[in-house]
Amino acid sequence: MGRYLLRRSLIALPSLLGISIVLFAVLALAPGDPFGELASNPNVPPEVAAALRTKFGLDDPIMLRYLRWLSAMLHGDWGFSFVSRMDVDTLILQRLPATLLVIGSSQVLALLIALPVGVYSAVRPYSIFDQLANLLAFIGFSLPTFFTGLLFILLFSIYLDWLPFVYRTDLGVTGWHWYWEQFKQAVMPVAVLGLLQAASWTRYVRSAVLEVIRLDYVTTARAKGLPERMVVIKHVLRNALIPVVTLVALQMPALFGGAIVTEQIFRIPGIGSLLISSILANDTPVIMAVTFVFACLVILFNLTADILYGWLDPRIAYR
Amino acid sequence: MPQAIGGVARPSPAAETWQRFRRHKLAVASTAVLALMLVAVAFGPLLWRLPINDIDFGAHLEGPSWSHPFGTDDLGQDLLARMLYGGRISLAVGLAAMLMAIVVGTTIGAIAGMSHGSVDAALMWLTDLFLSLPPLPLLLLIIYLFRESLKGLVGAELGTFILIVAVIGGFRWMQVARLVRAQFLSLREKEFVEAARALGMSSLRLVTRHILPNSLGPIIVAGTIDVAAAIIAESTLSFLGLGFPPDIPTWGRILFDAKDHLDIAPHWALFAGGAIFLAVLSINFIGDGLRDALDPRTSS
Amino acid sequence: MNEQGLRDLIVGVKAGQVSRRAFVQKIVGLGLTAPLATQLLAHAGLAQTSPSTDYKPTKAGGGGTLKTLFWQGATLLNPHFAVGAKDQEGARIFYEPLAAWDPDGNMVPVLAAEIPDIENGGVGADGMSVTWKLKKGVEWHDGRPFTADDVVFNWEYASDPATAATTIGDYQDAKVEKVDPLTVRVRFEKPTPFWTRMFLGSFGMIVPKHLFENYKGAGSRDAPGNLKPVGTGPYRFVEFKPGDIVRGERNPAYHVPNRPYFDAIEMKGGGDAVSAARAVIQTGEYDFAWNMQVEDEILIRLEKAGNAKGRAEIVQSRAIEHIQLNNADPWTEVDGERSSPKTTHPLLGDPAVRQALSLLVDRASVQAHIYGRTAITTENFLNNPERFVSKNTAWEFNVDRANQLLEEAGWKRGPDGVRGKEGKKLKLVYQTSINAPRQKTQAVVKQACQKAGIDVELKSVTASVYFSSDVANPDTARKFYADIQMFTTGTPSVPDPERFMKQFVSWEIASKDNKWQGTNATRWRNEEYDKAFLAAQSELDPVKRAALFIKMNDMVVNDVAVIPVVNRRWVATMSNKLKATLSGWDNDFWNLKDWYRET
Repeated sequence: MGRYLLRRSLIALPSLLGISIVLFAVLALAPGDPFGELASNPNVPPEVAAALRTKFGLDDPIMLRYLRWLSAMLHGDWGFSFVSRMDVDTLILQRLPATLLVIGSSQVLALLIALPVGVYSAVRPYSIFDQLANLLAFIGFSLPTFFTGLLFILLFSIYLDWLPFVYRTDLGVTGWHWYWEQFKQAVMPVAVLGLLQAASWTRYVRSAVLEVIRLDYVTTARAKGLPERMVVIKHVLRNALIPVVTLVALQMPALFGGAIVTEQIFRIPGIGSLLISSILANDTPVIMAVTFVFACLVILFNLTADILYGWLDPRIAYR
Repeated sequence: MPQAIGGVARPSPAAETWQRFRRHKLAVASTAVLALMLVAVAFGPLLWRLPINDIDFGAHLEGPSWSHPFGTDDLGQDLLARMLYGGRISLAVGLAAMLMAIVVGTTIGAIAGMSHGSVDAALMWLTDLFLSLPPLPLLLLIIYLFRESLKGLVGAELGTFILIVAVIGGFRWMQVARLVRAQFLSLREKEFVEAARALGMSSLRLVTRHILPNSLGPIIVAGTIDVAAAIIAESTLSFLGLGFPPDIPTWGRILFDAKDHLDIAPHWALFAGGAIFLAVLSINFIGDGLRDALDPRTSS
Repeated sequence: MNEQGLRDLIVGVKAGQVSRRAFVQKIVGLGLTAPLATQLLAHAGLAQTSPSTDYKPTKAGGGGTLKTLFWQGATLLNPHFAVGAKDQEGARIFYEPLAAWDPDGNMVPVLAAEIPDIENGGVGADGMSVTWKLKKGVEWHDGRPFTADDVVFNWEYASDPATAATTIGDYQDAKVEKVDPLTVRVRFEKPTPFWTRMFLGSFGMIVPKHLFENYKGAGSRDAPGNLKPVGTGPYRFVEFKPGDIVRGERNPAYHVPNRPYFDAIEMKGGGDAVSAARAVIQTGEYDFAWNMQVEDEILIRLEKAGNAKGRAEIVQSRAIEHIQLNNADPWTEVDGERSSPKTTHPLLGDPAVRQALSLLVDRASVQAHIYGRTAITTENFLNNPERFVSKNTAWEFNVDRANQLLEEAGWKRGPDGVRGKEGKKLKLVYQTSINAPRQKTQAVVKQACQKAGIDVELKSVTASVYFSSDVANPDTARKFYADIQMFTTGTPSVPDPERFMKQFVSWEIASKDNKWQGTNATRWRNEEYDKAFLAAQSELDPVKRAALFIKMNDMVVNDVAVIPVVNRRWVATMSNKLKATLSGWDNDFWNLKDWYRET
């Protein structure tokens, strides 16, 4: 397996390079302009916008801009935001805590819900529990997050006045009070995201477990007199988890820019909202940096998933 | 009952599948519901003739009534007519995008799962590439590049439709590919596959007759989730102006328009949200039924 | 209203027959601006009234934190790099200009000791110079004194093209020199009636020389002062996260006594306008929310609720939502260019079609049902609050007359109901940016057009693309590859009409030659207009100048170069306990020092 790891890591590098070229080309070709707002402002003569474009090298050929970006990246210089006039890595680091806290918790919440609920539903298919879980799951993923988020806000913030709905990174209080305030402002976005994720993951877990649970070796295990719990944990889960691992691995990078709508609604200053505002303002250095990190995470997590397959199912050989 | 040699014919696998499906009551009910929805959006506008864009400020935000069974929106337009018209587009987009994602994803995943070394690595690199592509700038680019030419070729509405399906489907096939590949990797080592191979079965038959049917579970679940995701993705695209023109009332668009009036005109959002929900629900139950029906291990 | 009429009005004010306020309303009603009105009066020797303040607190501090919500967060804090009002507001917390514009269009001294005018010799009678006397005893947040050197530096900094400041337009064609540590003189290259463009309002904030002098020109983006502002304003810098939050704390050495009331200020960014309104009015989590581009119906509903903690505050501004008609042909390519100035629009070239279109915009419904209190119907390109004007032939919404006009001009209905003539069908593509009120307006106009036999296809473009100057993109407003388009110009508010009216002169026509950077997107040209504009640019007599602008406005409207829809007002929501005055001619924070909360 060591060789497999080495091989995959070596492949990862040109992989990343290739991805970065495609990403850069896409961004360079996409329409829009970071200095767009200046265009509709009668006070600003057009020469200023043009001068700014030249200053940031926006009118240079694509290959040149790419190489410039690449060499900067290799030196640890992640670029300079056109819009905010500050270093991109500072921007990203500012946004990281809120992202990890809120989006990260929602993924954990989703997993904590999906695994037990999915397994239990599959073990008792078509029972009341299963039907109910299914129903909730369907409701969960058939409504867009802007809608569920709004419903939550209307109910918990406006109607009941229990929770604040604007997320603040500077809570200004300390100690236990801080934890309580943090919980109050994070619980709605975490729930919105987590429940959405849990909905689809529950379905997958259920389906995967259902497949496995009908297999002969499970019947054998039961016949051997093993308690149901053991049967499920030792035999069923390991095999059912393969598709689940795939999904979780695919979803993890979404931390880095996925929860755009939720971050908008609750005003969470996360990486998702940085990405969307950079895209809408055509702030290419920021977009490049964020999507590049995203690409690295994708590759990293896919590799992790592949390794986990091997651990879960020893018959999968590494070639 | 022992089978007579050359005697009573067993029902074909297709008929068996149908029998198993029929036993799944919810799936059958859902098929009926979905069929009803499809008929309603296909023929409804011929029966219910109120125009979709008849602006009437006097009648705005009215609840359901005889003249407007679904009520009206804030411009006074009739919601039933809009839902029927938009339903065609939403359902078509959902189903088409899902089909595209499934077909492309399964093909790539199967090839990757069955092959070794470089082909697998290359395909996985391609998948990773698509996964790392930022959807929004890519969307902007594709739509801006191809919109005019498609419009010239097939007309504005069909052109936009093709673009949207391609774009939504194009961003969802990767998950399916990865899932299929994972299943294939695991299944191809299983005994029955080894047995079939020992019997001299060609790879293609191996895949189509043995491995693929056994991988259908996650594929079907992915497919059903994809339909919902596609309908919702379309509403996000409308929000960004990349979808259909703003006056085309797809269900996602209606939901988006209605969200700020949730507290005083809930009917507006509820009908659109309800329609999406019902469509997703029925497709999911059908998916459940299909998966059970296609799995020969379901106890008869 | 012509020049003589204006002069008569001014005489009336001087004689006390017409109140100052009524005069201003009348001038605004003619399509000009409040600041121009005050200039007219100032030139006639009527010094402006100093606005009364009702600032009650008797000491600075003790008010807690002022929480403000800006659904577009500030992305940088150097006022000379500001792209849009949000950045200006962020900077305005810390920096101040020499003078600001109050809601009535009066100039209010901030860092200046007094407003220069002809009487006190501040404004040269030949229009070639302005002398500013600066306030004594003002300190920067780091303790250094504010002097004339800083003012001169700001001119050098902004007017240097290498700095690429967005305020450059206001600092060109002039020289600023220091007379003594508290006096500066501005010398213009030509007689300049629009002297108020320098150092006033949202484009006039002053940054400290000692922190920026090493960062002029090409090195401007590296200045640490860009991210850690040191100004003269009521609040000192604490924290800045672009797009997310700006925080300030009370400046104990502030140059106006007993101010500011609040101990700290927070400017949170992100989200959308509707939820921002809810945060102020329904939950009271915030004291102030900026730029409420929200349907008035929603605002009213929120305000009327029993436990409403806030209200909407609406002020006059000059933003005009208007429909532009393309004079060139967007569907024919000439030398690789669509909408080329060498072409004429096959349908809109017919004056009957243009007249018909202007009759098909149901401004009343748009205003009543979409914009509500946040806009006023208008006929003029320069403001026109209709109710203040006695007999303006105003706008008309008349589908029958439109039908008649088209019929008479030879546009007959085809079998599909769409009118045509000589093989050309009346089909128009109507584009605008993504914005709920705009989409609704589009729907309203489309319906009326359909009734008149004009087929309209709607198109909506993402704002960042629509308003960009990207040469490669076909969907920008300047490229105008559509038949009609709609948006608002005039925000952030421009106090003087000159720059605003520039978008109709022929040398500003956007075309491939100037990379579509020209501001004239309609490709409309009129020799009379060009002549009038040039005359107005150097006309020193403000009355003559105002008359010229009125003439220009009438030309634009009568030829239907554009169809004004509504004059949008500036809306903010604030807590019921917050006392703050907003000005439509300057930033919302123009008077931040005087904000306080009633207990």
